[in-house]
Amino acid sequence: MKILVGYKRVVDFNVRIQVKPDGSGVVTDGVKLSPNPFDEIALEEALRLREKGIAEEVVVVAIAPADAQPHLRNGLAMGANRAIHIVSDGPVQPLTAARALLKLIEKEQPGLVLLGKQAIDDDANQTGQMLAALWQRPQATFASELAIDGQVARVTREVDAGLETIEIDLPAVVTTDLRLNEPRFIKLPDIMKARSKPLETLPLSDLGVEPGDFIAAGQHEPPPARARGVMVDDVAGLVDALKQRGLV
Amino acid sequence: MSKVLIIAEHLDGQLNPSTAKCVSAAAKLSPQAIDILVLAEQADAIAADAAKIDGVGTVLTVSRAENAQPLAAILAPQVAKAADGYSHVFGPSTTFGKDLMPRVAALLGVGQVSDLMEVIDAHSFKRPIYAGNAIVTVTAPADAPVIATVRTASFPAAGSNGSAAVQALDLDVELPGHTRFVELKAGKSDRPDLQTASRVISGGRALGSGEAFKVIYSLADKLGAGVGASRAAVDAGYVPNDMQVGQTGKIIAPELYIAVGISGAIQHLTGIKDAGTIVAINKDPDAPIFEIADIGLVGDLFKILPELEAAL
Ligand SMILES: Cc1cc2nc3c(=O)[nH]c(=O)nc-3n(C[C@H](O)[C@H](O)[C@H](O)COP(=O)(O)OP(=O)(O)OC[C@H]3O[C@@H](n4cnc5c(N)ncnc54)[C@H](O)[C@@H]3O)c2cc1C
Repeated sequence: MKILVGYKRVVDFNVRIQVKPDGSGVVTDGVKLSPNPFDEIALEEALRLREKGIAEEVVVVAIAPADAQPHLRNGLAMGANRAIHIVSDGPVQPLTAARALLKLIEKEQPGLVLLGKQAIDDDANQTGQMLAALWQRPQATFASELAIDGQVARVTREVDAGLETIEIDLPAVVTTDLRLNEPRFIKLPDIMKARSKPLETLPLSDLGVEPGDFIAAGQHEPPPARARGVMVDDVAGLVDALKQRGLV
Repeated sequence: MSKVLIIAEHLDGQLNPSTAKCVSAAAKLSPQAIDILVLAEQADAIAADAAKIDGVGTVLTVSRAENAQPLAAILAPQVAKAADGYSHVFGPSTTFGKDLMPRVAALLGVGQVSDLMEVIDAHSFKRPIYAGNAIVTVTAPADAPVIATVRTASFPAAGSNGSAAVQALDLDVELPGHTRFVELKAGKSDRPDLQTASRVISGGRALGSGEAFKVIYSLADKLGAGVGASRAAVDAGYVPNDMQVGQTGKIIAPELYIAVGISGAIQHLTGIKDAGTIVAINKDPDAPIFEIADIGLVGDLFKILPELEAAL
């Protein structure tokens, strides 16, 4: 089985996000970019399935500007067999990403598509579900456990009520939650090896997908600030402060 | 004029309060009609509850054995069909809605507005991005249905004095058999539900074990509070996943939130920004949680919590 893994480049989760003064977006110049944490988990899971002999090939895919090659090399260094870089200057919306991934699926015929449940930039949490719909295949979102037995996957999902387990026929789309696994660290020799692994570049337009502006982004603003709080010295002070606010 | 269809969330025959919050969001559109769609094995009792929500015109029901569990692949084609004639289709931004609504949007060939937190007009909305560190105004096209998930912490639940009509729908949609429900392991708790509780106490990595969470539960019971946790506490196995608060857990808006032994990472803070009063108890005076807290107390939680419980 071949596994296709979505591998988006995003602003690192440790960066303190600043809205640009003119409100046109957030500051991304000179800011550390990293693989989306959920996508690293997706890649890790794919690699483990390959190590168990369930998958033969792991292909990482990113839709990103031309300067994202080192990002894809990173995925190769982590262990993917090859990479596909769909080149798009600007960010693409989830529906466009899903349409582009569907084109790749038609070409690559994977048995499983693993994506992060959300990207930590736009926090949309849509692409996996949209892709599964367009592909007319099952989806298992927010996965915290994945077991594959032949043509069926058993997936445990983190839902508000607890842990839900479903069974889906393959091929299918699975999106990862944080507790699915802990991604491995990349070792130096793997970075060297990654240099010679195949990396295909493909302009988005070559896939016959137009980057649609389905939901147009306008003005950005910082979230409303909370008023500065007070520090109390002890439990008595805390109880007083709570009483003053009518909370106890 | 807008016509809004809201997808009801329910579990074990109980309507989830997220549905009434979606109705409040829909009401901000000043629409011509707000209808609710209940997809269930037996929709009648749930529909009767939904019909009481203020401002609802009609509750539409589809009772089918396949709808016994909320499987997005089964529900989405039914929602997409029922959406015909509506200008807006809203679901809650809970794991139920997040799973379902994008699948509906793709079937309809439109984008989705995730985590709608404010209505500006029928097609413009505000939503958080970057873990809530920026708010963006987005505009959906006027000539297509608007599919959105509603950030439930941003809207109060609509009242329950209504008496909407209930009407069964026959959608005649073929459903796939490729997705099957196996089981739900629900965290059983007698405490108030995290997402609706007016008071919540959360514990972090500092607790150090599941056993140590007793001090949190004990204070929670005294206050009648729900209990949450940081990701670190869930990852470490101290408490189940359904207690996680934050960017990738639950976004909550209680009147009182007490963070105990939680450092205040942005991913955690994004889940509590709408709380009325935030109390932080942490032994590190430089912990970022104090930047957002309304009331801060520096000290050892294992000393402070029993004292606090005794003082209340
Ligand atoms: C993509 C992504 C998504 C994430 N989503 C979430 C999310 O949804 N929710 C979430 O919570 N996190 C999330 N995180 C994790 C987040 O970044 C932090 O790692 C996590 O919130 C830390 O949990 P904590 O505060 O319990 O632990 P720590 O950061 O280790 O903090 C422990 C705190 O306890 C204090 N302490 C220790 N001992 C005592 C004592 N005896 N008395 C009092 N105080 C004490 C310490 O001073 C410290 O401040 C996410 C991270 C990523 C990358």
